[in-house]
Amino acid sequence: MIKRECALALLVQADIDGELDAGRAADLIRHRADCPDCQAAYADLMMLRDRLRDGDLRERAPDSLRHFLARQSAAMAPPVKPRRWYPQASFVIGPALAACIAFALFRPAAPDPLALVVDAHVRALQPGHLQDVVSTDRHTVKPWFEGKLDFAPPVKDLAAQQFPLTGGRLDVLDGRAVAAMVYQRGTHPINLLAWPAGKDGDHDPVTQDAKGFTTIHWVQNGMILWAVSDLERSQLEEFVRLWRIN
Amino acid sequence: MTGPALHQTFEAVVLPHLDAGYSLARWLTRGRGDAEDVVQEALVRALTYFPGFRGGNARGWFLQIVRNAAYASLSLNRGVPEPVAPDEETLPDPGDDPEAALIRRRGRADLARLIASLEVELRETLILREFEELSYKEIAQVTGAPIGTVMSRLWRARRSLAVAIRREEMDA
Repeated sequence: MIKRECALALLVQADIDGELDAGRAADLIRHRADCPDCQAAYADLMMLRDRLRDGDLRERAPDSLRHFLARQSAAMAPPVKPRRWYPQASFVIGPALAACIAFALFRPAAPDPLALVVDAHVRALQPGHLQDVVSTDRHTVKPWFEGKLDFAPPVKDLAAQQFPLTGGRLDVLDGRAVAAMVYQRGTHPINLLAWPAGKDGDHDPVTQDAKGFTTIHWVQNGMILWAVSDLERSQLEEFVRLWRIN
Repeated sequence: MTGPALHQTFEAVVLPHLDAGYSLARWLTRGRGDAEDVVQEALVRALTYFPGFRGGNARGWFLQIVRNAAYASLSLNRGVPEPVAPDEETLPDPGDDPEAALIRRRGRADLARLIASLEVELRETLILREFEELSYKEIAQVTGAPIGTVMSRLWRARRSLAVAIRREEMDA
């Protein structure tokens, strides 16, 4: 580990961390028998593991945090600052003005597309909600959308790149009908939502995380596109990259 | 779910991972006060996000929030953290003589100092793997780094610790 590194050193580490399946672990043991570098790496990693486990360097949370959590749980609602502020202010400035301010404050805000898209994804994950047309063939999925939408969504299949199209459905975001195309990577569904961009110009993908999901949105050929999934960020970015060049 | 039921469940979900969250915050920030502030902030955020939590890996979910709160706090990276001190109150093993107990305690303090001096990306990856025993995939989720990066950070962290330990042993 110290003098020289074998190309398989990361696998030695992965083995110790329990990340290899039995077959690869057995291959690696055979390799290690002939590789002094990997033997040294293994010895160092095991030494370090023993030291760290022995060291007991974790620290217990102080009771003040347990009490904080308990108080937080006992409260009916999380502390939302504007709400606490608002009733006090109304005493000072008079009811009429307060009513105006309240109107301004609580007027429905422009919906946040990120939240809408993530909600749509969560909705789609409910049993039976993921797709209305089930097909791995884009020539079935694409015509299915026709007549249901006032635009033609870009339907692409990425089966050859390990992101097979599994179907499509209609969704409604903020009162607008959108096309939802469903792709799959392993057991992870990817929702790709599309609707016309109007006068917005094309822009490159932007990755954002929300509520444990990864989202990527971009504008391409006059279409707003949002990909949402619980896939790892790098994999969803790969999906978007492939989709864009296909 | 609304009202008390929601919050009761929130406590049930988060409490088992509070120590892990504090321990992580402790290694990412400079001292106990900072760590406590970070976890408090994380608890406030976690309660806000909780309606969107779909069950599953609660530990990874909470640690990710703690980690992000630590990065958001100004205390991060303003210097090397004060190392987590090995607990002086720990009772020595029955078979230990006082001298052996002292050596062990010193060894722990040295180890803590070495960990504290790692770069923050290496440090957090090592902590999540060695102390919280997260899988590579879970570490990737918590830190937002691809799995390949997790593997190489872990490797670099361990290599620099192993080199330092061997060197100190030779000096001793």
